[in-house]
Amino acid sequence: MSKKKVKLVNKKGLRSDKRRLEELRPISIEVGTLDKADGSAYIEWGGNKILVAVYGPRELHPRHLAMSDRALLRCRYHMAPFSVDERKSPAPSRREIELSKVTREALEPATFTELYPRTVIDVFIEILQADGGTRCAGITAASVALADAGVPMRDLVAACAAGKIENKIALDLNDVEDKIGEADLPIAILPQSGEISLMQMDGKLTAEEFQEAFKMASEGCMKVYEIQKDALKKKYATISTELEEIEPEEKEDEAE
Amino acid sequence: MTDAHSIISKVKQKRISDRLIGDKRLDGRGLLDYRDINLDIGVIDKAEGSALVSLGKTKVLVGVKIETGTPYSDTPNSGVLTVNVELVPLASPSFEPGPPNENAIELARVVDRGLRESKALDVEKLCIIPGKKVLIIFVDVYVLDYDGNLFDASALASIAALTSTKMKKYKVNEEGEVEFLEETQPLPITNQPIEVTLGKIDNKIFVDPSLDEEHALECQITIAIGKEGELCAIQKRGSSTFKKEEILHAFDIARDKAQEIRERFLVN
Repeated sequence: MSKKKVKLVNKKGLRSDKRRLEELRPISIEVGTLDKADGSAYIEWGGNKILVAVYGPRELHPRHLAMSDRALLRCRYHMAPFSVDERKSPAPSRREIELSKVTREALEPATFTELYPRTVIDVFIEILQADGGTRCAGITAASVALADAGVPMRDLVAACAAGKIENKIALDLNDVEDKIGEADLPIAILPQSGEISLMQMDGKLTAEEFQEAFKMASEGCMKVYEIQKDALKKKYATISTELEEIEPEEKEDEAE
Repeated sequence: MTDAHSIISKVKQKRISDRLIGDKRLDGRGLLDYRDINLDIGVIDKAEGSALVSLGKTKVLVGVKIETGTPYSDTPNSGVLTVNVELVPLASPSFEPGPPNENAIELARVVDRGLRESKALDVEKLCIIPGKKVLIIFVDVYVLDYDGNLFDASALASIAALTSTKMKKYKVNEEGEVEFLEETQPLPITNQPIEVTLGKIDNKIFVDPSLDEEHALECQITIAIGKEGELCAIQKRGSSTFKKEEILHAFDIARDKAQEIRERFLVN
Protein backbone atom coordinates (compact mmCIF):
# COMPACT_ATOMS: atom_id res chain seq x y z
CA MET A 1 0.00 0.00 0.00
CA SER A 2 1.29 3.44 -0.85
CA LYS A 3 1.40 4.81 2.64
CA LYS A 4 0.94 8.52 2.20
CA LYS A 5 1.66 10.29 5.44
CA VAL A 6 -1.51 12.27 5.76
CA LYS A 7 -1.85 14.04 9.07
CA LEU A 8 -5.40 13.52 10.29
CA VAL A 9 -5.16 15.48 13.53
CA ASN A 10 -2.84 18.48 13.93
CA LYS A 11 -1.12 19.77 17.06
CA LYS A 12 -4.08 21.98 17.93
CA GLY A 13 -6.33 18.91 17.86
CA LEU A 14 -7.98 20.00 14.64
CA ARG A 15 -8.74 17.55 11.82
CA SER A 16 -7.97 17.85 8.11
CA ASP A 17 -11.28 19.66 7.55
CA LYS A 18 -10.68 22.01 10.53
CA ARG A 19 -13.12 20.20 12.79
CA ARG A 20 -12.56 19.45 16.44
CA LEU A 21 -12.59 15.76 17.43
CA GLU A 22 -16.15 15.85 18.78
CA GLU A 23 -17.56 18.03 16.01
CA LEU A 24 -20.10 16.97 13.39
CA ARG A 25 -19.80 18.04 9.77
CA PRO A 26 -22.44 20.57 8.64
CA ILE A 27 -25.78 18.83 8.04
CA SER A 28 -28.81 20.16 6.22
CA ILE A 29 -32.02 18.28 5.52
CA GLU A 30 -34.76 19.32 3.12
CA VAL A 31 -38.13 17.60 3.46
CA GLY A 32 -40.49 16.77 0.58
CA THR A 33 -38.07 17.50 -2.27
CA LEU A 34 -39.59 14.99 -4.67
CA ASP A 35 -42.95 15.51 -6.32
CA LYS A 36 -44.11 11.95 -7.02
CA ALA A 37 -42.96 10.17 -3.86
CA ASP A 38 -45.28 9.82 -0.86
CA GLY A 39 -42.47 11.14 1.29
CA SER A 40 -38.97 12.34 0.53
CA ALA A 41 -35.91 14.00 1.96
CA TYR A 42 -32.62 15.35 0.69
CA ILE A 43 -29.66 15.43 3.02
CA GLU A 44 -26.29 17.09 2.69
CA TRP A 45 -23.93 15.87 5.35
CA GLY A 46 -20.40 17.17 4.81
CA GLY A 47 -19.63 16.07 1.25
CA ASN A 48 -22.43 13.50 1.21
CA LYS A 49 -25.44 14.24 -0.98
CA ILE A 50 -28.26 11.75 -0.56
CA LEU A 51 -31.83 11.62 -1.83
CA VAL A 52 -34.44 9.40 -0.18
CA ALA A 53 -37.94 8.57 -1.41
CA VAL A 54 -40.67 6.63 0.39
CA TYR A 55 -43.50 4.97 -1.53
CA GLY A 56 -46.32 3.35 0.39
CA PRO A 57 -47.87 1.69 2.18
CA ARG A 58 -48.87 0.29 -1.22
CA GLU A 59 -49.74 -2.97 -2.92
CA LEU A 60 -46.89 -5.44 -2.76
CA HIS A 61 -45.42 -7.16 -5.79
CA PRO A 62 -44.47 -9.98 -5.88
CA ARG A 63 -47.45 -11.01 -3.75
CA HIS A 64 -45.80 -14.02 -2.11
CA LEU A 65 -43.63 -11.65 -0.08
CA ALA A 66 -46.69 -10.28 1.70
CA MET A 67 -46.94 -10.74 5.46
CA SER A 68 -50.34 -11.23 7.04
CA ASP A 69 -49.47 -9.37 10.26
CA ARG A 70 -47.50 -6.36 9.04
CA ALA A 71 -46.18 -4.39 6.11
CA LEU A 72 -42.95 -5.33 4.43
CA LEU A 73 -40.39 -2.56 4.86
CA ARG A 74 -38.22 -2.77 1.77
CA CYS A 75 -35.06 -0.69 1.73
CA ARG A 76 -32.68 -0.15 -1.12
CA TYR A 77 -29.39 1.55 -0.40
CA HIS A 78 -27.82 2.36 -3.74
CA MET A 79 -24.82 4.38 -4.89
CA ALA A 80 -24.86 6.32 -8.13
CA PRO A 81 -22.02 5.33 -10.50
CA PHE A 82 -20.60 8.87 -10.27
CA SER A 83 -20.84 9.14 -6.48
CA VAL A 84 -17.29 7.93 -5.82
CA ASP A 85 -13.80 8.52 -7.26
CA GLU A 86 -13.72 5.39 -9.40
CA ARG A 87 -16.96 4.71 -11.26
CA LYS A 88 -19.11 2.25 -9.38
CA SER A 89 -21.03 -0.29 -11.40
CA PRO A 90 -24.76 0.43 -11.01
CA ALA A 91 -25.45 -3.25 -10.23
CA PRO A 92 -25.95 -3.70 -6.47
CA SER A 93 -22.67 -4.71 -4.83
CA ARG A 94 -22.37 -7.03 -1.84
CA ARG A 95 -21.73 -3.99 0.33
CA GLU A 96 -24.93 -2.31 -0.88
CA ILE A 97 -26.96 -5.47 -0.24
CA GLU A 98 -25.63 -5.66 3.32
CA LEU A 99 -26.25 -1.95 3.94
CA SER A 100 -29.80 -2.26 2.57
CA LYS A 101 -30.42 -5.01 5.13
CA VAL A 102 -28.98 -3.16 8.13
CA THR A 103 -30.80 0.03 7.07
CA ARG A 104 -34.11 -1.85 7.05
CA GLU A 105 -33.35 -3.31 10.47
CA ALA A 106 -32.43 0.15 11.77
CA LEU A 107 -35.72 1.71 10.60
CA GLU A 108 -38.10 -1.17 11.34
CA PRO A 109 -38.18 -0.82 15.15
CA ALA A 110 -39.40 2.77 14.75
CA THR A 111 -42.11 1.99 12.21
CA PHE A 112 -45.63 0.74 12.99
CA THR A 113 -45.55 -1.79 10.14
CA GLU A 114 -48.25 -3.81 11.93
CA LEU A 115 -50.82 -1.18 10.93
CA TYR A 116 -50.56 -2.08 7.23
CA PRO A 117 -50.66 -5.87 6.82
CA ARG A 118 -49.96 -7.35 3.36
CA THR A 119 -48.59 -4.08 1.97
CA VAL A 120 -45.10 -2.78 1.29
CA ILE A 121 -43.38 0.41 2.34
CA ASP A 122 -40.55 1.07 -0.10
CA VAL A 123 -37.60 3.19 0.98
CA PHE A 124 -35.18 4.15 -1.79
CA ILE A 125 -31.88 5.68 -0.73
CA GLU A 126 -29.74 7.05 -3.54
CA ILE A 127 -26.21 8.15 -2.71
CA LEU A 128 -25.50 10.89 -5.26
CA GLN A 129 -22.15 11.82 -3.75
CA ALA A 130 -20.31 9.85 -1.10
CA ASP A 131 -17.90 11.26 1.48
CA GLY A 132 -17.83 8.72 4.32
CA GLY A 133 -20.69 7.95 6.67
CA THR A 134 -23.28 7.40 3.93
CA ARG A 135 -25.18 4.69 5.79
CA CYS A 136 -25.76 6.98 8.77
CA ALA A 137 -26.77 9.90 6.56
CA GLY A 138 -29.04 7.60 4.55
CA ILE A 139 -30.80 6.23 7.64
CA THR A 140 -31.17 9.74 9.07
CA ALA A 141 -32.77 11.03 5.87
CA ALA A 142 -34.87 7.88 5.39
CA SER A 143 -36.53 8.26 8.77
CA VAL A 144 -37.39 11.88 7.93
CA ALA A 145 -38.81 10.75 4.58
CA LEU A 146 -40.93 8.09 6.33
CA ALA A 147 -42.31 10.78 8.63
CA ASP A 148 -42.93 13.00 5.61
CA ALA A 149 -44.88 10.15 3.98
CA GLY A 150 -47.12 10.07 7.04
CA VAL A 151 -46.10 6.57 8.04
CA PRO A 152 -46.91 6.23 11.77
CA MET A 153 -43.69 6.01 13.76
CA ARG A 154 -42.67 5.48 17.37
CA ASP A 155 -39.78 7.88 16.93
CA LEU A 156 -37.37 9.18 14.34
CA VAL A 157 -34.16 7.22 13.84
CA ALA A 158 -31.00 9.28 14.18
CA ALA A 159 -27.70 7.82 13.04
CA CYS A 160 -24.12 8.91 13.45
CA ALA A 161 -20.69 7.27 13.62
CA ALA A 162 -17.65 7.72 15.79
CA GLY A 163 -14.26 6.26 15.07
CA LYS A 164 -10.59 6.24 15.91
CA ILE A 165 -8.05 8.28 14.00
CA GLU A 166 -4.39 8.50 15.00
CA ASN A 167 -5.26 6.88 18.32
CA LYS A 168 -7.92 9.46 19.16
CA ILE A 169 -11.65 8.92 19.29
CA ALA A 170 -13.40 11.25 16.83
CA LEU A 171 -16.98 11.92 15.77
CA ASP A 172 -18.38 11.50 12.25
CA LEU A 173 -15.42 10.35 10.16
CA ASN A 174 -15.19 11.68 6.63
CA ASP A 175 -14.03 9.63 3.65
CA VAL A 176 -10.27 10.12 4.19
CA GLU A 177 -10.51 9.51 7.92
CA ASP A 178 -12.58 6.39 7.36
CA LYS A 179 -10.09 4.96 4.88
CA ILE A 180 -6.92 5.67 6.88
CA GLY A 181 -8.45 5.58 10.36
CA GLU A 182 -8.18 2.67 12.77
CA ALA A 183 -11.85 2.03 13.53
CA ASP A 184 -15.39 3.09 12.67
CA LEU A 185 -18.50 2.58 14.80
CA PRO A 186 -21.74 3.60 13.08
CA ILE A 187 -24.83 3.51 15.29
CA ALA A 188 -28.50 4.45 14.96
CA ILE A 189 -30.73 5.16 17.92
CA LEU A 190 -34.36 5.90 18.68
CA PRO A 191 -33.60 9.13 20.54
CA GLN A 192 -36.55 9.16 22.94
CA SER A 193 -35.75 5.78 24.46
CA GLY A 194 -32.05 5.66 23.59
CA GLU A 195 -32.50 2.18 22.14
CA ILE A 196 -29.96 1.09 19.56
CA SER A 197 -31.31 -0.12 16.22
CA LEU A 198 -28.05 -0.20 14.26
CA MET A 199 -24.58 -1.01 15.44
CA GLN A 200 -21.68 -2.06 13.30
CA MET A 201 -17.99 -1.79 13.93
CA ASP A 202 -14.81 -2.48 12.08
CA GLY A 203 -11.29 -1.80 13.18
CA LYS A 204 -9.63 -2.28 16.51
CA LEU A 205 -10.96 -0.86 19.76
CA THR A 206 -10.34 -1.67 23.41
CA ALA A 207 -13.36 -1.86 25.70
CA GLU A 208 -12.59 1.65 27.05
CA GLU A 209 -12.23 3.11 23.55
CA PHE A 210 -15.50 1.49 22.57
CA GLN A 211 -17.29 3.13 25.51
CA GLU A 212 -15.84 6.52 24.61
CA ALA A 213 -16.70 6.15 20.91
CA PHE A 214 -20.20 4.93 21.74
CA LYS A 215 -20.84 7.90 24.03
CA MET A 216 -19.56 10.32 21.39
CA ALA A 217 -21.67 8.72 18.64
CA SER A 218 -24.79 8.80 20.86
CA GLU A 219 -24.29 12.49 21.52
CA GLY A 220 -23.85 12.96 17.76
CA CYS A 221 -27.15 11.17 17.19
CA MET A 222 -28.91 13.58 19.57
CA LYS A 223 -27.59 16.55 17.56
CA VAL A 224 -28.73 14.87 14.34
CA TYR A 225 -32.15 14.32 15.94
CA GLU A 226 -32.54 18.09 16.52
CA ILE A 227 -31.67 18.75 12.86
CA GLN A 228 -34.25 16.15 11.75
CA LYS A 229 -36.98 17.71 13.88
CA ASP A 230 -36.14 21.22 12.67
CA ALA A 231 -36.30 20.07 9.05
CA LEU A 232 -39.76 18.53 9.54
CA LYS A 233 -41.09 21.57 11.41
CA LYS A 234 -39.71 23.88 8.74
CA LYS A 235 -41.73 22.11 6.05
CA TYR A 236 -44.97 22.63 7.97
CA ALA A 237 -44.08 26.22 8.78
CA THR A 238 -43.65 26.82 5.04
CA ILE A 239 -46.98 25.17 4.29
CA SER A 240 -48.81 27.26 6.89
CA THR A 241 -47.39 30.56 5.57
CA GLU A 242 -48.36 29.49 2.06
CA LEU A 243 -51.87 28.75 3.31
CA GLU A 244 -52.10 32.14 5.00
CA GLU A 245 -51.26 33.77 1.69
CA ILE A 246 -54.00 31.84 -0.09
CA GLU A 247 -56.72 32.00 2.56
CA PRO A 248 -57.65 35.74 2.47
CA GLU A 249 -58.63 35.46 -1.21
CA GLU A 250 -60.72 32.40 -0.50
CA LYS A 251 -62.53 34.22 2.26
CA GLU A 252 -63.38 37.04 -0.15
CA ASP A 253 -64.72 34.44 -2.56
CA GLU A 254 -66.95 33.06 0.13
CA ALA A 255 -68.23 36.54 1.01
CA GLU A 256 -69.43 37.19 -2.52
CA MET B 1 -38.65 -12.87 5.49
CA THR B 2 -41.98 -14.54 4.92
CA ASP B 3 -40.50 -17.90 4.77
CA ALA B 4 -42.82 -20.70 5.83
CA HIS B 5 -39.93 -22.58 7.42
CA SER B 6 -39.06 -19.74 9.74
CA ILE B 7 -42.51 -19.30 11.23
CA ILE B 8 -42.22 -20.55 14.77
CA SER B 9 -45.37 -21.71 16.42
CA LYS B 10 -46.73 -19.51 19.18
CA VAL B 11 -46.60 -22.56 21.44
CA LYS B 12 -42.88 -23.06 20.93
CA GLN B 13 -42.19 -19.36 21.26
CA LYS B 14 -43.99 -19.35 24.60
CA ARG B 15 -42.02 -22.36 25.80
CA ILE B 16 -38.77 -20.61 24.91
CA SER B 17 -39.90 -17.48 26.79
CA ASP B 18 -41.13 -19.45 29.82
CA ARG B 19 -37.84 -21.29 30.13
CA LEU B 20 -35.87 -18.05 29.85
CA ILE B 21 -37.61 -16.65 32.93
CA GLY B 22 -35.66 -19.25 34.93
CA ASP B 23 -32.50 -18.51 32.87
CA LYS B 24 -32.88 -21.87 31.10
CA ARG B 25 -33.08 -22.71 27.41
CA LEU B 26 -35.38 -25.02 25.48
CA ASP B 27 -32.55 -27.54 24.99
CA GLY B 28 -31.55 -27.42 28.67
CA ARG B 29 -28.61 -25.04 28.29
CA GLY B 30 -27.91 -22.09 30.56
CA LEU B 31 -27.72 -18.56 29.12
CA LEU B 32 -23.94 -18.68 28.71
CA ASP B 33 -23.57 -22.24 27.41
CA TYR B 34 -22.53 -22.99 23.87
CA ARG B 35 -23.71 -26.22 22.29
CA ASP B 36 -20.98 -28.84 21.82
CA ILE B 37 -18.30 -27.60 19.45
CA ASN B 38 -16.22 -29.97 17.35
CA LEU B 39 -13.42 -29.03 15.02
CA ASP B 40 -11.80 -31.27 12.39
CA ILE B 41 -8.92 -29.98 10.36
CA GLY B 42 -7.66 -31.10 6.97
CA VAL B 43 -10.84 -32.84 5.89
CA ILE B 44 -10.47 -31.92 2.21
CA ASP B 45 -7.14 -32.99 0.72
CA LYS B 46 -7.54 -30.99 -2.48
CA ALA B 47 -7.86 -27.74 -0.57
CA GLU B 48 -4.75 -25.97 0.76
CA GLY B 49 -6.52 -25.70 4.10
CA SER B 50 -9.87 -26.90 5.42
CA ALA B 51 -11.90 -27.22 8.59
CA LEU B 52 -15.22 -28.74 9.54
CA VAL B 53 -16.93 -27.22 12.54
CA SER B 54 -20.01 -28.63 14.14
CA LEU B 55 -21.84 -26.50 16.65
CA GLY B 56 -24.61 -28.67 18.04
CA LYS B 57 -26.31 -29.85 14.85
CA THR B 58 -25.04 -26.94 12.77
CA LYS B 59 -22.27 -28.01 10.40
CA VAL B 60 -20.02 -25.70 8.43
CA LEU B 61 -17.18 -26.74 6.13
CA VAL B 62 -14.56 -24.23 5.05
CA GLY B 63 -12.05 -24.75 2.28
CA VAL B 64 -9.11 -22.47 1.51
CA LYS B 65 -7.82 -22.22 -2.05
CA ILE B 66 -4.91 -20.09 -3.19
CA GLU B 67 -4.35 -18.55 -6.61
CA THR B 68 -2.19 -15.81 -8.03
CA GLY B 69 -3.77 -12.67 -9.38
CA THR B 70 -3.45 -8.92 -9.61
CA PRO B 71 -3.76 -6.72 -6.51
CA TYR B 72 -6.38 -4.02 -6.07
CA SER B 73 -5.16 -0.69 -7.41
CA ASP B 74 -5.40 1.01 -4.00
CA THR B 75 -3.38 -1.73 -2.25
CA PRO B 76 -0.68 -2.71 -4.80
CA ASN B 77 1.58 -4.28 -2.14
CA SER B 78 -1.02 -6.49 -0.50
CA GLY B 79 -2.39 -9.92 -1.24
CA VAL B 80 -6.13 -10.41 -1.32
CA LEU B 81 -8.37 -12.25 1.11
CA THR B 82 -11.90 -13.01 -0.04
CA VAL B 83 -14.65 -14.75 1.88
CA ASN B 84 -17.62 -16.28 0.13
CA VAL B 85 -20.56 -18.09 1.71
CA GLU B 86 -22.73 -20.72 0.09
CA LEU B 87 -25.95 -21.55 1.90
CA VAL B 88 -26.08 -24.95 0.24
CA PRO B 89 -29.67 -26.14 -0.42
CA LEU B 90 -29.00 -29.48 1.27
CA ALA B 91 -28.49 -27.70 4.60
CA SER B 92 -32.01 -26.45 5.21
CA PRO B 93 -35.50 -26.48 3.68
CA SER B 94 -35.29 -22.68 3.69
CA PHE B 95 -32.15 -22.53 1.48
CA GLU B 96 -32.68 -22.31 -2.26
CA PRO B 97 -30.25 -22.63 -5.15
CA GLY B 98 -29.24 -19.40 -6.82
CA PRO B 99 -27.03 -16.40 -6.25
CA PRO B 100 -26.25 -15.53 -2.59
CA ASN B 101 -29.10 -13.70 -0.87
CA GLU B 102 -28.70 -10.90 1.69
CA ASN B 103 -28.25 -13.37 4.56
CA ALA B 104 -25.40 -15.18 2.83
CA ILE B 105 -23.79 -11.87 1.87
CA GLU B 106 -24.09 -10.48 5.40
CA LEU B 107 -22.59 -13.66 6.87
CA ALA B 108 -19.67 -13.58 4.41
CA ARG B 109 -19.01 -9.90 5.06
CA VAL B 110 -19.07 -10.25 8.84
CA VAL B 111 -16.69 -13.26 8.76
CA ASP B 112 -14.50 -11.28 6.35
CA ARG B 113 -14.58 -8.20 8.60
CA GLY B 114 -13.46 -10.22 11.63
CA LEU B 115 -10.49 -11.65 9.71
CA ARG B 116 -9.58 -8.41 8.01
CA GLU B 117 -9.90 -5.97 10.89
CA SER B 118 -8.12 -8.21 13.40
CA LYS B 119 -5.33 -8.50 10.81
CA ALA B 120 -5.56 -12.27 10.95
CA LEU B 121 -3.36 -12.46 7.85
CA ASP B 122 -0.38 -10.25 7.14
CA VAL B 123 -1.54 -9.53 3.59
CA GLU B 124 1.62 -7.60 2.72
CA LYS B 125 3.54 -10.89 2.98
CA LEU B 126 1.29 -12.26 0.23
CA CYS B 127 2.67 -9.85 -2.35
CA ILE B 128 4.82 -11.46 -5.06
CA ILE B 129 5.55 -8.58 -7.45
CA PRO B 130 4.29 -5.20 -6.14
CA GLY B 131 1.44 -3.84 -8.21
CA LYS B 132 1.51 -6.87 -10.54
CA LYS B 133 1.20 -10.21 -8.88
CA VAL B 134 -0.08 -11.22 -5.46
CA LEU B 135 -1.56 -14.28 -3.80
CA ILE B 136 -5.33 -14.43 -3.53
CA ILE B 137 -6.64 -16.43 -0.60
CA PHE B 138 -10.16 -17.72 -1.18
CA VAL B 139 -12.06 -18.72 1.95
CA ASP B 140 -15.18 -20.60 0.86
CA VAL B 141 -17.70 -21.21 3.62
CA TYR B 142 -19.98 -24.13 2.86
CA VAL B 143 -22.96 -24.46 5.20
CA LEU B 144 -23.88 -28.16 5.33
CA ASP B 145 -26.49 -28.33 8.08
CA TYR B 146 -28.28 -25.29 9.47
CA ASP B 147 -29.43 -25.42 13.06
CA GLY B 148 -28.70 -21.83 14.02
CA ASN B 149 -25.70 -19.56 14.69
CA LEU B 150 -23.91 -19.84 11.37
CA PHE B 151 -21.80 -16.78 12.23
CA ASP B 152 -19.80 -18.30 15.07
CA ALA B 153 -19.43 -21.66 13.33
CA SER B 154 -18.33 -20.08 10.04
CA ALA B 155 -15.86 -17.70 11.70
CA LEU B 156 -14.26 -20.50 13.73
CA ALA B 157 -14.07 -22.83 10.72
CA SER B 158 -12.53 -20.02 8.63
CA ILE B 159 -9.74 -19.09 11.04
CA ALA B 160 -9.06 -22.76 11.79
CA ALA B 161 -8.85 -23.54 8.06
CA LEU B 162 -6.55 -20.57 7.44
CA THR B 163 -4.32 -21.55 10.38
CA SER B 164 -4.00 -25.09 9.02
CA THR B 165 -3.37 -23.98 5.44
CA LYS B 166 -0.20 -25.21 3.79
CA MET B 167 0.76 -22.91 0.99
CA LYS B 168 3.24 -24.02 -1.67
CA LYS B 169 6.50 -22.12 -1.58
CA TYR B 170 7.26 -20.28 -4.80
CA LYS B 171 9.99 -18.43 -6.64
CA VAL B 172 9.89 -15.87 -9.39
CA ASN B 173 11.97 -16.95 -12.43
CA GLU B 174 13.89 -14.69 -14.82
CA GLU B 175 10.87 -14.14 -17.07
CA GLY B 176 8.97 -12.82 -14.08
CA GLU B 177 6.76 -15.88 -13.83
CA VAL B 178 5.81 -17.51 -10.57
CA GLU B 179 6.95 -21.09 -10.11
CA PHE B 180 5.44 -23.11 -7.31
CA LEU B 181 7.67 -25.60 -5.48
CA GLU B 182 6.75 -28.84 -3.77
CA GLU B 183 7.74 -27.56 -0.33
CA THR B 184 4.98 -25.92 1.69
CA GLN B 185 4.78 -23.21 4.33
CA PRO B 186 2.04 -21.86 6.60
CA LEU B 187 0.18 -18.63 5.86
CA PRO B 188 1.40 -15.48 7.67
CA ILE B 189 -1.18 -15.65 10.49
CA THR B 190 -0.86 -12.74 12.93
CA ASN B 191 -4.16 -12.86 14.81
CA GLN B 192 -6.97 -15.35 15.41
CA PRO B 193 -10.32 -13.63 15.80
CA ILE B 194 -13.24 -15.46 17.41
CA GLU B 195 -16.81 -14.38 16.73
CA VAL B 196 -19.39 -14.67 19.48
CA THR B 197 -23.10 -14.23 18.76
CA LEU B 198 -25.60 -13.29 21.45
CA GLY B 199 -29.36 -13.26 21.09
CA LYS B 200 -32.05 -11.36 22.93
CA ILE B 201 -35.52 -12.62 23.83
CA ASP B 202 -37.65 -10.90 26.47
CA ASN B 203 -34.66 -8.82 27.60
CA LYS B 204 -32.56 -11.93 28.28
CA ILE B 205 -29.18 -12.09 26.59
CA PHE B 206 -27.76 -15.53 25.76
CA VAL B 207 -24.98 -17.00 23.61
CA ASP B 208 -25.14 -19.31 20.59
CA PRO B 209 -28.81 -19.13 19.52
CA SER B 210 -30.19 -22.40 18.16
CA LEU B 211 -32.45 -22.37 15.10
CA ASP B 212 -35.62 -22.40 17.23
CA GLU B 213 -34.28 -19.49 19.25
CA GLU B 214 -33.26 -17.61 16.09
CA HIS B 215 -36.86 -17.75 14.93
CA ALA B 216 -38.10 -16.36 18.24
CA LEU B 217 -35.32 -13.75 18.52
CA GLU B 218 -35.91 -10.03 18.74
CA CYS B 219 -32.38 -9.24 17.66
CA GLN B 220 -28.84 -10.49 17.93
CA ILE B 221 -25.33 -9.15 17.94
CA THR B 222 -22.14 -10.73 16.65
CA ILE B 223 -18.87 -9.54 18.18
CA ALA B 224 -15.42 -10.44 16.83
CA ILE B 225 -12.69 -10.53 19.47
CA GLY B 226 -8.95 -10.61 18.72
CA LYS B 227 -6.25 -12.43 20.66
CA GLU B 228 -5.66 -9.55 23.07
CA GLY B 229 -9.34 -9.24 23.89
CA GLU B 230 -9.73 -6.29 21.51
CA LEU B 231 -12.97 -5.67 19.60
CA CYS B 232 -12.47 -6.14 15.84
CA ALA B 233 -15.97 -6.17 14.41
CA ILE B 234 -19.56 -5.79 15.53
CA GLN B 235 -22.78 -6.49 13.68
CA LYS B 236 -26.20 -5.99 15.22
CA ARG B 237 -28.86 -7.94 13.35
CA GLY B 238 -32.62 -8.23 13.49
CA SER B 239 -35.55 -5.87 13.55
CA SER B 240 -35.51 -4.77 17.14
CA THR B 241 -33.27 -2.79 19.45
CA PHE B 242 -30.64 -3.24 22.14
CA LYS B 243 -30.17 -1.05 25.18
CA LYS B 244 -26.71 0.30 25.90
CA GLU B 245 -26.33 -1.81 29.06
CA GLU B 246 -27.27 -4.92 27.12
CA ILE B 247 -24.52 -4.28 24.60
CA LEU B 248 -21.90 -3.68 27.30
CA HIS B 249 -23.05 -6.86 29.04
CA ALA B 250 -22.78 -8.71 25.71
CA PHE B 251 -19.14 -7.57 25.32
CA ASP B 252 -18.13 -8.93 28.69
CA ILE B 253 -19.66 -12.29 27.85
CA ALA B 254 -18.17 -12.27 24.34
CA ARG B 255 -14.66 -11.61 25.62
CA ASP B 256 -14.82 -14.53 28.08
CA LYS B 257 -16.35 -16.92 25.57
CA ALA B 258 -13.87 -15.95 22.84
CA GLN B 259 -11.00 -16.66 25.21
CA GLU B 260 -12.43 -20.09 26.09
CA ILE B 261 -12.93 -21.04 22.46
CA ARG B 262 -9.52 -19.76 21.40
CA GLU B 263 -7.74 -21.70 24.14
CA ARG B 264 -9.62 -24.86 23.33
CA PHE B 265 -9.30 -24.89 19.55
CA LEU B 266 -6.62 -22.55 18.31
CA VAL B 267 -3.72 -22.33 20.73
CA ASN B 268 -1.37 -25.18 19.95
